[in-house]
Amino acid sequence: MAVASKQNNAEVKKEKSMIIQKEMVGKLFKELSSAKETGKKIVYTFVPGNLSELIHAFDMLPVYPEINALQSGMRKKSGDYIREAEKIGHSEDVCTYVKCDIGMMLSGNIGPTGEKIPDPDLLLLSYTGCFTFMKWFESLENLYPEVEIAMLHTPYQKDGKVTPEMTQYMVKQLKEEVIPKMEKVSGIKYDESKLKNILENSRKTGELIQNIFDTTKNIPSPIDAYFAGVYYIGPINIGFRGTPEAVEYYKELYRETLERIKKGLGPVTPEGEIDEERFRLVVEGPPNWTSFREFWKLFYDMGAVIVASSYTKVGGVYDLGFQHDPERPLETLAEYCMNCYTNLNLSQRIELLEKCITDYHADGFLVNSIKSCNSFSAGQLLMMRTLEEKLGVPVGFIESDLVDPRYFSYANIKNRLESFFQMLEQRKLIALH
Amino acid sequence: MNSLNNVIEKCKALAFDLDFKRAREWKSEKKDRVLIGYMPIYVPREIIHAAGGLPVGILGVGDKKQVIKGDAFYQSYICRIPRGIIELALDNYFVNFDGFIFPSICDVIRNLSGMFQILRVGTFVHYLDFPQNFQSDIGGLFYHNEMRQILNEIKKINGIEVSIEQLNNSIKLYNKNRRLIEEIYNIRQNFPWRLSAEDLYYIIRAGMVIPVEEHNDILEQVVDYMSKENGKPMDKIKVMVIGSFCEQPPIGLIKTIEMAGCYIVEDDFLLGSRWIQGDVKENSDDPLVALSNAFLTQSTFSSSVYDIENPKEKRLLELAKKRKVDGIIFAAPSFCDPALLDLPVYQNTCDDKNIRYISFQFSENTGQFKNIKEQVGAFSDSIKLWSEELIES
Repeated sequence: MAVASKQNNAEVKKEKSMIIQKEMVGKLFKELSSAKETGKKIVYTFVPGNLSELIHAFDMLPVYPEINALQSGMRKKSGDYIREAEKIGHSEDVCTYVKCDIGMMLSGNIGPTGEKIPDPDLLLLSYTGCFTFMKWFESLENLYPEVEIAMLHTPYQKDGKVTPEMTQYMVKQLKEEVIPKMEKVSGIKYDESKLKNILENSRKTGELIQNIFDTTKNIPSPIDAYFAGVYYIGPINIGFRGTPEAVEYYKELYRETLERIKKGLGPVTPEGEIDEERFRLVVEGPPNWTSFREFWKLFYDMGAVIVASSYTKVGGVYDLGFQHDPERPLETLAEYCMNCYTNLNLSQRIELLEKCITDYHADGFLVNSIKSCNSFSAGQLLMMRTLEEKLGVPVGFIESDLVDPRYFSYANIKNRLESFFQMLEQRKLIALH
Repeated sequence: MNSLNNVIEKCKALAFDLDFKRAREWKSEKKDRVLIGYMPIYVPREIIHAAGGLPVGILGVGDKKQVIKGDAFYQSYICRIPRGIIELALDNYFVNFDGFIFPSICDVIRNLSGMFQILRVGTFVHYLDFPQNFQSDIGGLFYHNEMRQILNEIKKINGIEVSIEQLNNSIKLYNKNRRLIEEIYNIRQNFPWRLSAEDLYYIIRAGMVIPVEEHNDILEQVVDYMSKENGKPMDKIKVMVIGSFCEQPPIGLIKTIEMAGCYIVEDDFLLGSRWIQGDVKENSDDPLVALSNAFLTQSTFSSSVYDIENPKEKRLLELAKKRKVDGIIFAAPSFCDPALLDLPVYQNTCDDKNIRYISFQFSENTGQFKNIKEQVGAFSDSIKLWSEELIES
């Protein structure tokens, strides 16, 4: 199959939003590295159902172990870290984020800037949509036995809805378990009006994110909602949700995206803009991080643009009407947690993907099944079959892993993708005649 | 002795009856009876019993049925148990079942509940979200509500509004069941040759597919037989087998361990039947609160429970001490995140305390045990030959 899209080989121009994001991340890691001097307390927590607003309300700094793991994957460090974890008894079969994170800690806990990530003052387990998080925290507890721990159990949306009892359960945990521990560790009293102000920024951010991801309704799509999408969700997922900086970042990103629509431009890739959008896809499952660039290139070389992905919703689903409500601060935090993608039941996930395929005019649906992520992978084959039967949409299936380089087989993935794209091409030709 | 053999043969047939004949027969005997299938590990069976139901443990197909359709639902890197369960559902083995309960033990079982919903298996599918908060006014209340939802689902089918008396009666029956099982384990600890681990497995597993009253009768007979001397002690070490979590080891694996020089005096094969340690409060004004409190404060340790307040490795050591074992065999199912992620913690603790252990992985349909036999045999020999030098007194 001929390569369909041409890439601009000239040096890629950095958009203003990219520069803003880089500065934000740099500042955060600087703050982390100087936390001991500034006295800022460090919270280790997870992305899905993260309590970013509460962490800000207590002037603490977040560290996200799975973000560290994915960055280790992108920096080609994860293979060694995983082997370190396997040396102390971890099985080859288990979540590679966990092993990468543990291996990184055993190797000195050096972050992406080359500086040591500070030890936690609080382990805040907001356990949402992934059972392995709980096991991960038990492992962290073993590594940091003296550290205060707070657990927030997020009930699963088993019947496809959030009931008042579920919200009350979470609010009670926040009031009696999480907030008192945060007060104790930070030495700061809980201030609801401060939290409300922070949540107002979250509300604005949520609206902007949804507007940005909705721009993929345009043909051509101005953005890629998976490979570039993981950068777009960066600020909300690494601790900036609720800050004025995040609002400014998303305003700028939205402005740039609208500008691209006006000019009829396609998404930006590491090799420039895609000249011709040939296939529009919805992707289910996290990306592979160890060969992220090669993986992305397999798509943009073929003119394939991802118009929506489930992975960009792990840190919050804004598609179905949820927005943070500052007037109900604790309830809204609870509802946010319960509405994260992996906390939705399989039927809800299918409905959401169906909505994406329909609303964003996708030509095909692709599953990137991750070897070590049961939260996503278990049930994907049924989801795929259901969507195919319901919508008649062509479906594709590839396999890789999050951060274990041993499970990224370039040739296999390329082979499967080429067959998938050929199928999409055939469908288009049939539709034309 | 013949009678004990008869009991064991009966239990063996019940334990692996994928047609659930006794359960179906029980249901047909009286109107309004319901069959509620439940996945591992633990569910409060008392509430199902009180509501006129028979809780039926669904433990996969092991090596008793070839899985064909199930493999089309799961990638190669997902554990074995859900494949067999889906296979049973698609091949209509659950036709007479009314509802299904999926306890919150891992992401695979959780998502399997969604698959049952999509495939419309049973009248209701309930994902039993266990609280990971252990305060009675927070997690306890949440769990109370979960049990209430299950009772409402059953009531929609058979119209039975459960009374306090019915719940208390069911609690008493299951308390007795757990006490008898514990008694068998206690006898085996001292006289393991009186009943093999394989036979014990059949006896406990049979209890998951028949009425508790019938199982209690069986257990009483077994206790009676075991209270008298039979068989002869052999030169074997005593071990605990830990890690089976929800996927069940093949019988061949249990036999292999005992044939290779070990008596299994403690295990977590069918942990749901022994989950609550001690009795649930009987004659309570609010039996659901009693069940909830028992879950919060009397649960055994497991990979499915968040255990920061009461670490599993500490409890593992306590159990090893109680059972006076010579070593521990960690046997976890392949691709089982919860069980496998616990292993390094357990093993570090064993290293620290100089407790001997070995570990390996299995799947429910593992058919080759030669390597395991050699590994276990060497483990047993090493302890018999050099126990004094290495094990702390």
